[in-house]
Amino acid sequence: MILTIAGKDLKSMFTSPIAWVVLTFVQLIIGYGFLKRFDDFMQLQPQLIQLPSPPGFTELVAVPTFATTAAIMLFAVPLLAMRLIAEERRNQTMVLLTSAPISIVDIVLGKFCALMGMLLIILALVALMPLSLSTATKLDYRLIGSILLGLALMAAAFSAVSLYVSSLTTHPIVAALGAFGVLLAMVLMGENVADNLQTRGLGVLATFAQVFSPVKNFEPLGKGMIDSYAIACLLLLIVLFLAFTVRQLEARRLRG
Amino acid sequence: MTSPAPSTAIPAVTLSAQGLSRRFGVHTAVDNITLELRRGEVLGFLGPNGAGKTTSMQMLTGNLAPTTGSVSVCGVDLLEAPVEAKAHIGYLPETPPLYRDLKVGEYLDLVARLHRVPGKQRRAAVDKAQSRCGLSDVSRKLIGTLSKGYQQRVGIAQAIVHEPDVIILDEPTVGLDPNQIRDIRALIRELGGTHSIILSTHILPEVEAICDRVQIMHHGKLVYSDTIAALKQFHSGRVLLVGLNQPPALSELAAVPGVTRAEAAGENLFRVHIAAGTDPTAQIVALAAERKWDLHQIAPAQTNLEDVFVNLTTQDGLNAT
Repeated sequence: MILTIAGKDLKSMFTSPIAWVVLTFVQLIIGYGFLKRFDDFMQLQPQLIQLPSPPGFTELVAVPTFATTAAIMLFAVPLLAMRLIAEERRNQTMVLLTSAPISIVDIVLGKFCALMGMLLIILALVALMPLSLSTATKLDYRLIGSILLGLALMAAAFSAVSLYVSSLTTHPIVAALGAFGVLLAMVLMGENVADNLQTRGLGVLATFAQVFSPVKNFEPLGKGMIDSYAIACLLLLIVLFLAFTVRQLEARRLRG
Repeated sequence: MTSPAPSTAIPAVTLSAQGLSRRFGVHTAVDNITLELRRGEVLGFLGPNGAGKTTSMQMLTGNLAPTTGSVSVCGVDLLEAPVEAKAHIGYLPETPPLYRDLKVGEYLDLVARLHRVPGKQRRAAVDKAQSRCGLSDVSRKLIGTLSKGYQQRVGIAQAIVHEPDVIILDEPTVGLDPNQIRDIRALIRELGGTHSIILSTHILPEVEAICDRVQIMHHGKLVYSDTIAALKQFHSGRVLLVGLNQPPALSELAAVPGVTRAEAAGENLFRVHIAAGTDPTAQIVALAAERKWDLHQIAPAQTNLEDVFVNLTTQDGLNAT
């Protein structure tokens, strides 16, 4: 049932121009960045070889490419998520799902899976860029794997937040802007608040703040470090916002 | 209250709602309604806009939680086991829940999936719903490109594709042309043979044409509940519209045996209220000829919902429940 809803929403994303526009721009921006860094790398290579332990292609080209992807997710996810619930409520098609023998949890998970499907397609396309050189150079697959896992988890966290904001309004644009605002706030908070609280000795609050800093939790994975605490924080954030979304839709039934 | 009893078999209760109420803040949209629907029965839900019909239907389909009261569908409590109960319901809301970017066939297939129609039967179920609603020719068209009438039909097809026991239709004939309305009414009649149907409308002839029973809502309350036959008797023949070119005094009309009251209803037109069980038409015609009132028309007044409401809400002592 979750897959039925996921399939429907994924299909509907591809029948609207938004998915195509986002895919195009992500490819253009990241493709350009990738080629530019690749070019720089080729020029620097003679000097790099003289270093005792030179950074390779993965560190100098692949990692920054994925870092750009992480930044782009920040506004791509809200744009892709905005219609999922807001527009269904606006067009009054949500009734179709809520009248069918499906639980609200399944509806939310279906929509979340649709969004993740779309984001994994984007990630796969981005991953193909460095991987296309796998025959020409030695790639650090473990580092790439760790970064991709981190990106997927971060994208999932962004998705859960964006889905929740989409359930709060019936205007897709408001949903997109709202989700972008919330995510931006989380990024900024991740930069300062957690460290700040830690130095002041407010450990509990710092932990709390870290759950709400998906980008900060992505960082260890982005460096190839499988930090189980950061992964747990990301998963917690995902579950938390999916639960908020379910509650919000339940409340709609209770409040009218 | 008489019950219809068309067949000897006792029909099973498919939908029952007990003491259903819904408040929005201080406003009570639906106030303590109780209804029971048996298999093979078509129930008409009548009421003016804002009477609480849509709110009631949202509660009966599990889209809105009642403030108090309970609903059970085929013996399953809608509030305790919503997923199980909803499997027995097909619902057409006021605004048909259509995905404009899907083709009709794709959309109905999706709905069948959502209602857990098994894969092998899905194709047949979709085809059947399409042919029942006259959609076979537009199966490959995008819903967004269809006319309002066709979209309404897709909405109805959506409610019946999984052959639910209870079909709840909120104003199903809105936006249809007269031919389509006739088709849809015939379809509802046909479906009514094997399913239970609740149909909301504010068009009285529609209810008379297709329903077995009628419930009238007003200000969130059920003000009338009876069979169609009883409803017809309740108000038909009780008012005559009489056109006289040389009208007498109203008191003269009112003095005719069987007439309870006479009032002017326009230029040379009179509404003559008559007592139940009497028919003074012949007397009026005879009197008109005798006293040269120059009768040019006499007919039972066209009754519409408004009349029924006027009757139900302004007169006391009627057998309103």
